[in-house]
Amino acid sequence: MSNIDRPLSPHLQVYRWQITMTLSILHRATGVALAAGLLLLIGWLVAAATGPESYTQVRDLLSSLPGVLILVAFAWAFSYHLCNGIRHLFWDAGIGFEKTQYRASGWAVVIASAAITAILVAIAMGVASGSAA
Amino acid sequence: MSRRTALGHVLGLGSAKDGTGHWWAQRVSAVAMVPLGLWFLFSVALLIGRGTVDYLSVIDWIASPVNAVALILLIATMCYHSALGVQVVIEDYVHGGTKVVSLVLQKFAHAVLAAAGIFAVLRIALGS
Repeated sequence: MSNIDRPLSPHLQVYRWQITMTLSILHRATGVALAAGLLLLIGWLVAAATGPESYTQVRDLLSSLPGVLILVAFAWAFSYHLCNGIRHLFWDAGIGFEKTQYRASGWAVVIASAAITAILVAIAMGVASGSAA
Repeated sequence: MSRRTALGHVLGLGSAKDGTGHWWAQRVSAVAMVPLGLWFLFSVALLIGRGTVDYLSVIDWIASPVNAVALILLIATMCYHSALGVQVVIEDYVHGGTKVVSLVLQKFAHAVLAAAGIFAVLRIALGS
């Protein structure tokens, strides 16, 4: 199978960095992370279905500082994958392939995912209900 | 001259016998994940923000018909979309026998997660 003589594409480092490269690999990275996040979602539901003790254990773990950081990270990963996924759907429809367009949509995804995460954190901190939780 | 059979041409499934099935399934499940995902993120943020994350409040929230149905749809769609995505990642980076084994295992794992999640929601919603 191996044919050493075949032409090889140059290594990634030879290319000048562009926002699109980082966003592309981030889509895959967040996707894989969210697949792992499924374990957390299902674990949370199974713990709730099992009873008060197991649910409270999981909730206390998630309420600790590392737990909260993990939840915020997942909130951002989900928001990013969702926004960039919509960007992909537009590409699938043949829209947004101009250089200026895919750079602009890339930055829009960065800003939108950060904004959604910030809003989620604000809601979770009790901004919507007017009480600091 | 095409060497493809007339039947193969009509079915349009190509040499991988899959055609555009995987591609479409990934897109359709992605579209479904947009409302389901946003609903879930904001619902959980609201639960935390209102301070209603004690056992009884959360059970109440899961058990309400709209939330239970939405959760089941979310679990099924997310597990399906995740299985399709992880499949492509494995196909890209894993080779040989390990590839086949990991492809099968990831499908089983997603099926188990989906079944466990849906059963958990049903158990809470139907109260047993």
